[in-house]
Amino acid sequence: MADKTTTTAVRRRSGRSSGFVWGRKHLLGLEDLEPAELLHVLDTAAGFKSVSTRSIKKVPALRGKVVVNLFFEDSTRTRTSFTLSAQRLSADVIDFTGKSSSVNKGETLVDTARNIEAMGVDIMVLRHAAAGAPHLLARKVGCSVVNAGDGAHEHPTQGLLDLFTIREIKKKVEGLTVAIVGDIAHSRVARSNIFALRKLGARIILVGPRTLVPDQMRQLGAEISHDLDAVLPACDVVNMLRIQFERLQSAAFPSVEEYSRLFGLHAERLRLARPDLLVLHPGPINRGLELDSAVADGPHSGILRQVTNGLAVRMAVLYLVHQAALAVNGK
Amino acid sequence: MADILIQNGQVVDTVAGKLRKADVRIRDKEIVEVKAGLAPADGEQVIAATGLLVSPGLVDIHVHLREPGGEEKETILSGGQAALAGGFTDVACMPNTTPPLDTETAIESVYRQALRAKAARVWPVGAITKGRAGAELAEFAQMVRGGAVGFSDDGVGVASSSVMAKALRYLEPFGKVLIQHCEEPTLGGGCMHSGYHSTRLGLPGLPALAEEIMIARDIELVRSIGGRYHVAHISTKRGVELVRQARAEGLAVTTEVCPHHLLLTDEAISDYDTNFKMSPPLRSQDHVAALIAGVRDGTVDCLVTDHAPHRAEEKEIEFVAAPMGIIGLECAVGLFAKALVEPGHLSWPKMLRMMTDAPRDVIGRPRVAVAPGNSADLTLIDPEADYTVDITGWKSKSRNCPYHGWKLPARAVATILEGKVKWEL
Repeated sequence: MADKTTTTAVRRRSGRSSGFVWGRKHLLGLEDLEPAELLHVLDTAAGFKSVSTRSIKKVPALRGKVVVNLFFEDSTRTRTSFTLSAQRLSADVIDFTGKSSSVNKGETLVDTARNIEAMGVDIMVLRHAAAGAPHLLARKVGCSVVNAGDGAHEHPTQGLLDLFTIREIKKKVEGLTVAIVGDIAHSRVARSNIFALRKLGARIILVGPRTLVPDQMRQLGAEISHDLDAVLPACDVVNMLRIQFERLQSAAFPSVEEYSRLFGLHAERLRLARPDLLVLHPGPINRGLELDSAVADGPHSGILRQVTNGLAVRMAVLYLVHQAALAVNGK
Repeated sequence: MADILIQNGQVVDTVAGKLRKADVRIRDKEIVEVKAGLAPADGEQVIAATGLLVSPGLVDIHVHLREPGGEEKETILSGGQAALAGGFTDVACMPNTTPPLDTETAIESVYRQALRAKAARVWPVGAITKGRAGAELAEFAQMVRGGAVGFSDDGVGVASSSVMAKALRYLEPFGKVLIQHCEEPTLGGGCMHSGYHSTRLGLPGLPALAEEIMIARDIELVRSIGGRYHVAHISTKRGVELVRQARAEGLAVTTEVCPHHLLLTDEAISDYDTNFKMSPPLRSQDHVAALIAGVRDGTVDCLVTDHAPHRAEEKEIEFVAAPMGIIGLECAVGLFAKALVEPGHLSWPKMLRMMTDAPRDVIGRPRVAVAPGNSADLTLIDPEADYTVDITGWKSKSRNCPYHGWKLPARAVATILEGKVKWEL
């Protein structure tokens, strides 16, 4: 797992929160992060957020460093966000798009990564369809590894940007009631949100058809409901997950229409909600299915704020893991 | 041919469940005397066995030797040597090779290769269906003539109830056992036990239910049709209960358990280490407790390794994509002692019964008690070895094993087959 090393180098360069030292060379998930570490990323991100509003949108934190986006799944927005974040830190960015070895018998993931690393890479940002792929890489390469989504496991930077957005708008996390609605079973966004929000003291209600909400999620400290109307009045935040159409083949729910009727956030359903409800969505939105346009574009929506905040959060993550790597490697 | 005198060992009586101090004299291939105070004769090789158990040769009826088609992982030679180095005089190999062992010729080729290897005895298990595809029955009678000791599509279960019914019915007159890998495929297909940890890790699950449903179905088939039926590598609580009930009814149902299902849980997978990926998967503690209870009350008959070699590079990939299985022949005695003897669940003779008589009964081979007139197939075990597992020097061609560095209480120290010391520590 991630290295935890305390050195003066890290303390000097990343000590935005007083006394706290970030020691992780990799960011593989949020499950292992301590509350203080989560807050430290958020605080670091807050510091970087202003960079996006300057006329010169660059800081030299990663100048001369190389970040590779190693994407084995399509994801234009996450890749773009990582690219821009790295560029704002003045890093050189390479994009590598491949096919998952689980479906394509060819070069193994480890070989691919080692080849790319041999070109002189400081940070690998990995998106992969297989849960645990970043953990495998972290064991096999010397550079930092940042998980940009691994199968149904975690999407830590998404979890962090959701957390950042919630904290920015609600001014707190502890005590908030957050509903996560949709295909919880196969959602890495849900898992990262659950791990992070629980650590910071939010109440979490997972909402979806019973076939897509594993009972074992209760052991992660979440509540479970299959009735969005019953849950909505209590919510400070709802995080609407995207409907995955491929789940229809596994017969997890009968039709998109029935799903939308039960679990879509429509304008009329919104009347049940508090006036200050915050609506999040990791994107891309299936408009009219899990989310009405009136809601997605309405006053409750924090969706574009999420995208903007994603840059600051990813800048913070790239910066912190690299500082920790320098400390670990003794440079 | 050297004659051998094994002196001062504790001879294991698996039937009476006792140890007794005695010397064992071997002439040529046979045990000729078992009694205390034997004096070495001229020219006799003396093995000092003070503090050692002298057991009937161990048998593992569930191993994968990968030959033909997977010789880079294991061969009948390397696997046979690994077996000897684990104290096994005999192994039964599963037919999921490439091509599968589904013809008389294929079965005979295993015997031929074992003859060349001159390592452990190898008893081939034939496939239930042609190509292990689950559709058409393989040529049972001809494979029996070729020497198949049982039949299994191991790696997958026979999904079709109709095919399984026909297999039981057709095979029943031949008296051979059907060994089922119990996994209902439409409920299975994942890569780890369905539960808290699979949910946490976002990995697709292999629910206990997939095993339990197939065991339940097969027991109903056996009740209706007859035949001898053996549940391979049982791993679930409800599965043990179903077998226990079937046995109480007098059905010819037996089962076996692997060391990893007794010693490890799905919690071990936290870092996506593929050396903890096998089928059936590591399950939760309640299943482990039920398996141990099943061993204690005799519901579980045999101890097996499910020795499943894979190359390091095959295992060093994404968890969902990595092949199932781990190797275990060379430390099996220590693992079972750690799981069963050390905590006081079984005495040594009772445990060794599950590695000698019981598996021989399942594959229809005669028992080989440590008694005059029997073939000198013996395993010497140090019950207080207290050693650390080091996989680097193993005979197996593969290293996919989570036990490197484990401290184990016991180990095999010599393996004697037909009067020859085939391996010693």
